[in-house]
Amino acid sequence: MRKPSRRQFLKIIGTTGAALIAGRGTATASEVHHVNNDTLGMLYDATKCVGCKACMSACKRVNSDYGSLSYERAAFDKDGLWDAPQDLSGSTRTLIKLFKESDKKWSYVKYSCMHCQKPSCVSVCPVSAMTRDAVTGIVDYNKNACIGCRYCQIACAFNIPKFQWDKAIPQIVKCDLCKNTNLIKKGITACAEVCPVGAIMFGKRKELLAEAKKRLQENPGRYEQHIYGEKEVGGTNHLYLSAMPFNKLGLPILKDAAPAEFSEKIQHTIYKGFIAPVALYGTLCFVAIRNMKKGQADEEHVQVAKMGVGDDSAPEHKEDNE
Amino acid sequence: MSHDEFQKYDARILTPSFVVLLTLTVIGFALVAVRFIWGLGAVTNMSDGYPWGIWITYDVAVGTAIACGGYAMAILIYIRNRMHYHPMIRSAILTSMFGYGLAGFSVMVDVGRPWNSYNFFIPSKWQVNSAMFEVALCVMAYTTVLLLEFLPAVLTTLEKTQWKTLQLLLDRLYSRMGMKRPERIGDRLDMVKDVAAWLKPRLDKVLIFVIVLGITLPTMHQSSLGSLLLIASTKLHPLWYTGFLPLLFLINCMFIGYSIAILESIISSYAFKRPFETKELSGIAGIIPWLTVIWLSVVIGDLTWRGQLGAALSLDFYSRFFLLDFGLVAGGSLLLFSGRKRESIRWLFVSAALIVLGGALYRFNVYLIGFNPGKGWHYFPALAELLITVGIVAFEILGYQVIVKILPVLPKLHTRQQLDTEHGVVEKV
Repeated sequence: MRKPSRRQFLKIIGTTGAALIAGRGTATASEVHHVNNDTLGMLYDATKCVGCKACMSACKRVNSDYGSLSYERAAFDKDGLWDAPQDLSGSTRTLIKLFKESDKKWSYVKYSCMHCQKPSCVSVCPVSAMTRDAVTGIVDYNKNACIGCRYCQIACAFNIPKFQWDKAIPQIVKCDLCKNTNLIKKGITACAEVCPVGAIMFGKRKELLAEAKKRLQENPGRYEQHIYGEKEVGGTNHLYLSAMPFNKLGLPILKDAAPAEFSEKIQHTIYKGFIAPVALYGTLCFVAIRNMKKGQADEEHVQVAKMGVGDDSAPEHKEDNE
Repeated sequence: MSHDEFQKYDARILTPSFVVLLTLTVIGFALVAVRFIWGLGAVTNMSDGYPWGIWITYDVAVGTAIACGGYAMAILIYIRNRMHYHPMIRSAILTSMFGYGLAGFSVMVDVGRPWNSYNFFIPSKWQVNSAMFEVALCVMAYTTVLLLEFLPAVLTTLEKTQWKTLQLLLDRLYSRMGMKRPERIGDRLDMVKDVAAWLKPRLDKVLIFVIVLGITLPTMHQSSLGSLLLIASTKLHPLWYTGFLPLLFLINCMFIGYSIAILESIISSYAFKRPFETKELSGIAGIIPWLTVIWLSVVIGDLTWRGQLGAALSLDFYSRFFLLDFGLVAGGSLLLFSGRKRESIRWLFVSAALIVLGGALYRFNVYLIGFNPGKGWHYFPALAELLITVGIVAFEILGYQVIVKILPVLPKLHTRQQLDTEHGVVEKV
C-alpha cells in the first residue's frame, strides 16, 4: 500500500518538474521573435533636446481629460501657477529630466511608455485591460476593464505604468501615443508636434530606425553607437539616441529577449490545451475512488475480525497496513 | 466518511480572547473603510516601484500557503489513503476556508478597481497568458470547493438542530411586539431541516469529486503563485528568479500545509484543553522531511546550475535572507528526521514552526525582499497597512474559535481511544 501511493505522489511532482524543464528548454530554443517595423513609434534624440519641456505641457494639455491627468503643484507654489511633476506619476505620462555628470557632461532625457513589441504589461494583465494594437503597435490601457491589480507595474522593466494612489477611483496612467486625442486629430503625438528642435521624431518604426542609423553614421563622434530600444526586451517602438551611456540616463540595461516570452512559455507548457490539469484531476479521481472502495472493503473485513474477537464498538476508521 | 468522527466544542463563545480579536477586527475593517474613501495611498506605503506590498505578500502569497492545511491533509487522506487521519480534516478545511476567503477579501481591498472584477467571468476579457488570471479563477473556484467540503458540517448541524436560540429569540420578539407568533415560521424551520436531511446523503455521494477538485486546484494555483514573478526577470534578485519558481512554490505550499496542520492541531488542543493527537501528528511529521529535501535539492541544484551559489553565500543583504529561509526550512526538517523527536509534542511544535517560518520567509523573499524595481524605491508597510492585515488575521482566528463551538469540526475525543484499540485488533488478526 505504502509504495504505490508514494510512487503516485512522486509521479505528480515529477510531471510538474518535467513540464517546467521542457518549458525552459523551448524558451531558450525559440528566440525567433517577430518584430513589426510598420508600427508607430517615436525617436527621441537626447543630443538635440534643449529641455524646454514643451512636450510635457503639451501632453498634459491634450490628454488631461481623456487620461484623467491633473497638474502637480510644487510645495512653494501657493498660487498653483506651475505644473511641477517630480517623476512619471498618476498625473504625468511623459517627463523630461536632466542628468548632470559634470559641468560639461550632461544630458536631458525624456521618459514615457516604450511601446514594446512584446509588452510584459499586456502579457500579464489578467483581464485584457492592457492591449497592443496589431496594426499600430500602440500599447493602450482600458480603464473600463482594469481591476487595478498593478501586475503591469510589477512586470514593466521600465517602470512605466503609474497608479493613482491618492484617488478613491484610481486608474493606471501611461502614454498611449495620443491614440484617442492628438493622433486622431492631427496624425502625430502632441509631444512630437510641439518639440521646437526636432528632438522627438514621430513615424513608423522602420523610418525611425533608418533615421537613427543615418544619424549614427553621419555623426559617429556625437553619439553612443547604440540605438536604445532597437533590440531591448524584444524591441520597442520608442527609440533613443544619446551621447551618454543609456543606463546613466535611467534607461536600464536589458537583454534582447522579451521577459514575457519566457514566462508565457512556462505557463503555456503547463497549461497547454488544459490537458495537464484535466489529466491530474482524472488520475487523482481514479486513485481516490480506488482508495475509497478499498477502504470500504477493509472496513467490512475489520468488522468481521472484530466480531470474532468480540469487540462490540462499531469501526469508524478504515485501516491501511502502515 | 462518517460524520460521527467530529464533535462540537462545548464552551462559551464570549471569552476574553474573543473581545480582543473582535477589537482588532473592528480596527482593521475601519481602516479598510478609510482605504475605500481616500484611496490606497491613504493607508499604505505602496508605490509605483513597489506596487505589491504586505497585503499581497502576506495575506495572499503566505496566507494561502498557510491555508494549504486542507490541501495537504486531503492528499494524505484521499490520495495516499491514510483514512485514520480523517478526523483531522474538518478543522484543516475550516482554516483553509478562512485563509482563502480572507485572501480573496484582501485582494478586493488591494486592487484599485474591484468593481471591474466581473471581467474575470467574461470570456472576451480572458487573458490566458497571465498567471494572475489563472490564480484568480483557481482561487475563486477553490474557495467554492472549500465551502462545499465544509457543507456537511453545516448540514449535520441543521438536520439535528432544535432551533432553540432562534425559537427563544422569536418568542421574545413577538411578545415584545404584542403579537402572536405565526405558525408558518415553525413550518419554514422544519423545511430547512428537511432540505438539509435530503441534501446531505446526496452531497456525500458526489463529495469525493469535489474533494479531488480541492486537490487539483491548489496544485494549479499554488504553482502559479510562483509563476506570477516569472515576468519580473529584471527586478527579482537572481537568488530567487528561476524557471523553477512554480515547482518551488508548489512543494513549498505542501510542506507548509503539513506543518501548519501540526501547529493548528497542537495549538487548538492546547487552547481547548483537549488531549494532543501525538500519534497522528508524528505520522504527518514523517512526510515533511521528504518534501523539504526535494525542495532544498531543487533550490541548491538550480543555484548551482545558474552559477549563483557564490552569491548565495556572499553574506550580503540578499544572501542573508536567502540563508535564513533556507536554514529555517533545513533546520526544522533535520529535527523531524529523528523518530524520537517526532513523538514529542514540544519538538513537533518547534520544527513545524521553523518550517512554516522558513517557508513563509521564502515567499516574502520572492515577493518583497528580493524584489528591487530600481534605484530610489523603498518599501516598508505603513502602520495602517499592517493593522488591516492584523485585523484580517484576527477575524480568521475569531471565526475559527466561534465555528468550532457551534459546528462539529474538531475530532471526536472517544474515536481516538477507539482507534488505538482498533489498531490492536488488526494486529491480532
